[in-house]
Amino acid sequence: MSGVEGFMYPNEVALQWSVLIVLYPFITGLVAGAFILASLERVFRVEAVKPTYRLALLTALSFLLVAPLPLQLHLGHPERSPEMYLTPHSTSAMAMFGYVYLWYLMAVLVLEIWLDYRRDIVLLSQSSKGLLRVIYKIMTLGSSNISPRSLAIDDKAGWIVTLIGIPSAFLLHGYVGFIFGSVKANPWWSSPLMPVVFIFSAMVSGIAAVMLLYMAITKMRKQKIDIRCVDSIAMYLFYIFIIDFSLEMLDLAHRIYEADESFRSLNFMVHTQLYIPHIVIQICLGTLTPLFLLFLTQVVKLPELVRKRIYVISGALALIGILAMRWNVVIGGQLFSKSFLGYTTYKMSLVTREGLLVAIALSLLPLVFLWLLIKLLPPWPEKSAHAPAAGD
Amino acid sequence: MKISRRQMLILLPAAAVAWESVMAGTPEDAPNYKMTDHWWGMLIDISKCIGCGNCMRACQTENDVPDGFFRTWVERYHVSDEDMTEPEVIAPDLCKENFPFAKEDGRKYFFVPKLCNHCADSPCTQVCPVGATFISPDGVVLVDQTYCLGCAYCVQACPYGCRYIHPEKKVADKCTLCKHRLAKGLTTACCEVCPTGARQLADLKDLNDPIHVFLKTHSVQVLKPQMATGAKVFYNDLDGSVR
Amino acid sequence: MSVFKDAGHLFRFAGLFVLAFLIFLVVRHLIVPKSFGEYGHYRGAAIGEIAARPVKFAGHETCETCHSDVADRKKIGKHAHVNCEACHGALAGHVNHMMGTDSQSSTQVAADPSLEKPVLPDTAVLCARCHTASAAEPKGFPQVDPANHYPGSPCKTCHQPHSPGMDAGGAK
Repeated sequence: MSGVEGFMYPNEVALQWSVLIVLYPFITGLVAGAFILASLERVFRVEAVKPTYRLALLTALSFLLVAPLPLQLHLGHPERSPEMYLTPHSTSAMAMFGYVYLWYLMAVLVLEIWLDYRRDIVLLSQSSKGLLRVIYKIMTLGSSNISPRSLAIDDKAGWIVTLIGIPSAFLLHGYVGFIFGSVKANPWWSSPLMPVVFIFSAMVSGIAAVMLLYMAITKMRKQKIDIRCVDSIAMYLFYIFIIDFSLEMLDLAHRIYEADESFRSLNFMVHTQLYIPHIVIQICLGTLTPLFLLFLTQVVKLPELVRKRIYVISGALALIGILAMRWNVVIGGQLFSKSFLGYTTYKMSLVTREGLLVAIALSLLPLVFLWLLIKLLPPWPEKSAHAPAAGD
Repeated sequence: MKISRRQMLILLPAAAVAWESVMAGTPEDAPNYKMTDHWWGMLIDISKCIGCGNCMRACQTENDVPDGFFRTWVERYHVSDEDMTEPEVIAPDLCKENFPFAKEDGRKYFFVPKLCNHCADSPCTQVCPVGATFISPDGVVLVDQTYCLGCAYCVQACPYGCRYIHPEKKVADKCTLCKHRLAKGLTTACCEVCPTGARQLADLKDLNDPIHVFLKTHSVQVLKPQMATGAKVFYNDLDGSVR
Repeated sequence: MSVFKDAGHLFRFAGLFVLAFLIFLVVRHLIVPKSFGEYGHYRGAAIGEIAARPVKFAGHETCETCHSDVADRKKIGKHAHVNCEACHGALAGHVNHMMGTDSQSSTQVAADPSLEKPVLPDTAVLCARCHTASAAEPKGFPQVDPANHYPGSPCKTCHQPHSPGMDAGGAK
């Protein structure tokens, strides 16, 4: 058995859940986090972040559209996935996926975007030509009513949808945490904290992503970045990051203190196989560094340019850190034997269906969708420059 | 075999009749087998296992188990009295090789055959998103391979490591307690070939099954009892160091 | 009511949902297998499909129907509880051949001469598998070191496999 150290149950040697399953919680986390940022303005009336409102919604939608793809590519029989809709097993957290996804997509995200953009859609359906005209016309659902009264109703309805959307976003990503957290067979996963940690780290990643996208796209549009907006986002990022970090440290402290039968094995794993992904990348680079940098911006009065640089660096590091966290949970949870006597290695392939290249492609695809959505539904009143949305 | 032609002519038809009823396929064709009359489990006697690997080879033959995957396997423990928490364990592929020679060094050795425990409260059936794995009315945890998506959640949820994804069929696979043999009145392949009787099929609902007396007169455990899986594979003489 | 006029688009959106839901119900009724839910949240017919697999090991009771002489000899010796196929391998094929039936469907099959008299296992390899001495074997289990125990002579020179005790007097 190559790549095995110590003893593993014979069927445990090959990992079941690959890098694609690392991507899935990362992507849904971005969706949930971006939506929470949008809800800051809509429900909590944080005026400062308004410039990112529409962008956050479109970002959430772009990632949500890609979210099922890593799962489909992972399944042994993707053609049978409709079974999750037809005969969902009520005791399985994973069975929720189909319905929660559909609910969030249609009854929250698409509805909210539609309600917010409806006036623009109707106007665009009248002003554009050809195929675009047809698309916009379909999107109006045949109603061209944009009277002040109807728009006021839209506003009210949108507020309610966002309100429902917040727990829905928590559900969309929290259930993923529960999928892991409820597996009693795996002590690295099994924890009531898991859904909570997932949700808060999702918020960190989503807010960081929207912040970076806003800064990058605004720059590409050759417009001025609203520094008050970015300062505000960074502040929320900082506070949510503190909560996320505290939760993870609580889990760690609890584990070390209780030192149950799995501890020796998990501790060894963290210090050897997971040293780089966990200690170096997730904790030092991906959490402590951005936290420290953001802390500086909160307590020291720094010039605008320095602040922007710090936000970009912190945002990027935060995203890397959250991706590393997903890696450490999913892959880490499969590297040690359930006998606590051995370890295996993850041989990530390059060009197979679940390989690195596919993972990279799936990570870039949402940006392609975002670009298309920005063209279809421009978030800002003036004409945007025709530049593809990039990451950071 | 030295039986006369005359004996053969008498025996064959009787055997043929018996064989036909054995070969009956679906439960509908085996009218004598009523699922709710049975609740299957297994008794494994550690003191009797000699690590011969007959069970592994028979299982692979009977069930076309793919190479490199195991519906059952045998672990060999090498435990020192100073530290029971860190035993040395190996589980070679006995379909291809035997256990390596064990040198007498004052520490104890024993063999632990393992298989699906056909848990009454199985965590694997709990997590299946579509209902492709389930426990049958007679207590056998099975996989419906025409319905399984191959998501591998059940593989993650099994505390005992007895499941795997079939490399060709791309669905979950595991010990079926030779369900196809049970309805025909046969025992499982692994129990059939065990030379020492270390593995014995048990019907917990059958009052005449020897397991009832055995459970009353021996110290018996299940694997990972703290997981409360309702495991139905009972181990006699199970050492505390067993993982 | 004018509010309906200004909220008409919302009703259209809701209407889409209702339509989709109805279509879903129809599709569900058509696609979900009929036996699903028969015994629990699974396709009940799966049990029968799994149970219909062919067997490869015939089981010692079937062997003993024809080979009762061997069964009699075995039941008084040390290998009384060692079943036939533990050493002779899977023999349902041999039984099917002798019965002239196919295990799946009880139809007549053409005779397969190779299954008439299955190849006997090589005792030199077979016996060693269980009886090679090792510190791991349970105490009291008969073990020999093949290097020191009459190396070169096959086991059946002195041990009759069906009743291997020395008093049984060697292979037939």
